[in-house]
Amino acid sequence: MADLSSATARAIRDDVAARRVSAVEVCRDALARIEASNPGINSFLLVNPEDALARARRVDDRLAAGEAPGALAGVPLAVKDNMCVRGMRTTAASKILATYVPPYDASVIERLEAAGAVIVGKTNCDEFAMGSSNENSAFGPVRNPWARSRTPGGSSGGSAAAVAAAQVPLALGSDTGGSIRQPASFCGVVGLKPTYGRVSRYGLLAFASSLDQIGPIARTVEDTALALTAMAGPDRADATSSREPVPDLTAALTGDVKGLRVGVPRTFVTEGVDADVKAAFDAALAVLEGAGARLVDVELPHAPYGVPAYYLVCTAEASSNLARYDGVKYGYRSKAAADGLQAMYTHSRSEGFGAEVKRRIMLGTYVLSAGYYDAFYLKAQQVRTLLRRDYERAFEAADVIAMPTSPIPPFGLGEKTDDPLQMYLADIFTVSANLAGVPAISVPGGFVERGADRVPVGFQLAARSFDEATLLRAADAYQKLTGFPTVAPVEI
Amino acid sequence: MSILTIADVERIAALAHLDLTADEKARFGKQLADILDYAQQLQTVNTEGVPATAHVHAAAGVERDDALRPSLTPQQAVANAPDAAVEAGLFRVPRVIGG
Repeated sequence: MADLSSATARAIRDDVAARRVSAVEVCRDALARIEASNPGINSFLLVNPEDALARARRVDDRLAAGEAPGALAGVPLAVKDNMCVRGMRTTAASKILATYVPPYDASVIERLEAAGAVIVGKTNCDEFAMGSSNENSAFGPVRNPWARSRTPGGSSGGSAAAVAAAQVPLALGSDTGGSIRQPASFCGVVGLKPTYGRVSRYGLLAFASSLDQIGPIARTVEDTALALTAMAGPDRADATSSREPVPDLTAALTGDVKGLRVGVPRTFVTEGVDADVKAAFDAALAVLEGAGARLVDVELPHAPYGVPAYYLVCTAEASSNLARYDGVKYGYRSKAAADGLQAMYTHSRSEGFGAEVKRRIMLGTYVLSAGYYDAFYLKAQQVRTLLRRDYERAFEAADVIAMPTSPIPPFGLGEKTDDPLQMYLADIFTVSANLAGVPAISVPGGFVERGADRVPVGFQLAARSFDEATLLRAADAYQKLTGFPTVAPVEI
Repeated sequence: MSILTIADVERIAALAHLDLTADEKARFGKQLADILDYAQQLQTVNTEGVPATAHVHAAAGVERDDALRPSLTPQQAVANAPDAAVEAGLFRVPRVIGG
């Protein structure tokens, strides 16, 4: 039987399916580790042991009744707190939703539970998934398990930290401009953003609907393949979910990258990249080349415009999506004496939203307002088209495209909070996959020294839309060749 | 260099149903101007005749059967409201029309 303190989802599933261990025992073990380490890293916002154990018991009961074990039988799962789980408080790390209890499950939750996953709790994140450091949570920042004074990245910082600290083997994140991949990079784990439309967004609290995508965070590429296979596919509740067939993605993991064409946008990945991050990136390319992959130069001429285009599009969509938080249907209502309905809306929103959410709503409102729409919003959407075409052209010459996940290693908590533009610039290598809609993954790409700390950096690959099979094959081969540790040292 | 006056910030805040403190107005005005300045570089990209992307894989005419399915009851739908007449299935809000 696998050692539960570092077992992968795959190993747990195999043990539970073979009845070497029960889902309840696995769940108890995860709960004990969460209880021990959570005060130090603040990765979970909600854990209800009784509820988790009841969910685990249902998995055991199904197995005892002779049901075939699901692909994730007995696997403890952490859910980013911007996804609805019926009966479980879901706050999006915002004061405005601090008391919200969803009456329904997100579609991904239904699917993962049907596959046997056991939800153990909800993880911390930036408020409404807006941020790159997890410092925008209304419930305090998450600490990086590898270096407690540093950020775990964001916005899915709690999910990435929970996996890196071995609290759970599998977590859900959402990625609008890098919010799965960048924290996976900062925490030394694997984070997969599927193709736009691969996974239903029903039950995900909307931030920017044309960019948002749910995906798995785990310690192995294989575990993300298992989870995505279980999660993906069309959903009648999300008209943007794709009807593309979903293959068994674990079958794609052959370990063979001979002849694989790895595109490298040399000009783009050279400027403004930390020297140690660049060295780790070059080493990663050498590993793939050594295994028989072929490095080819590609150009993404519009990628440098990714950050401005992204921040205009995502804030415009956010300003519309977050109009629903008005103190009427759910969430926080101001106690301030309100002279009429309009004043109640305004008081509730002003008291309920944090600074970054207000800033983005303001920016989005501005770029959509009369006189600025063409110059900012329309222009950004046109640049988005050019960036998509760049990717289409690059994928004629390459099967995957490699980049660092982040131009910088995990930075210190508080280091960038006063300058939002500096924070946004660090999203340079992640936003373009969202704008183009293509799938992308961050895998552990080694460690760099920062002061007294040894911190992880990620290696990012992207592939053609709906070609997660090639993406995961390349990432899995790289991970097996390198074998960087993915469990942070325990420090309680 | 973009300048957002306090009046500009107040106008945007009103559109967004936000009431900002004096400190927020000054801070956001400066930060939004910085971000918009940075975004000005998009103007250097030639986008003549380029269509806008609103959705990357916009599938045309996604349809489904117009069939009845289970849904939330009115009582469940209002259960999270800060103020509701739960039995009646109604949200309760402050006065809408002046009096």
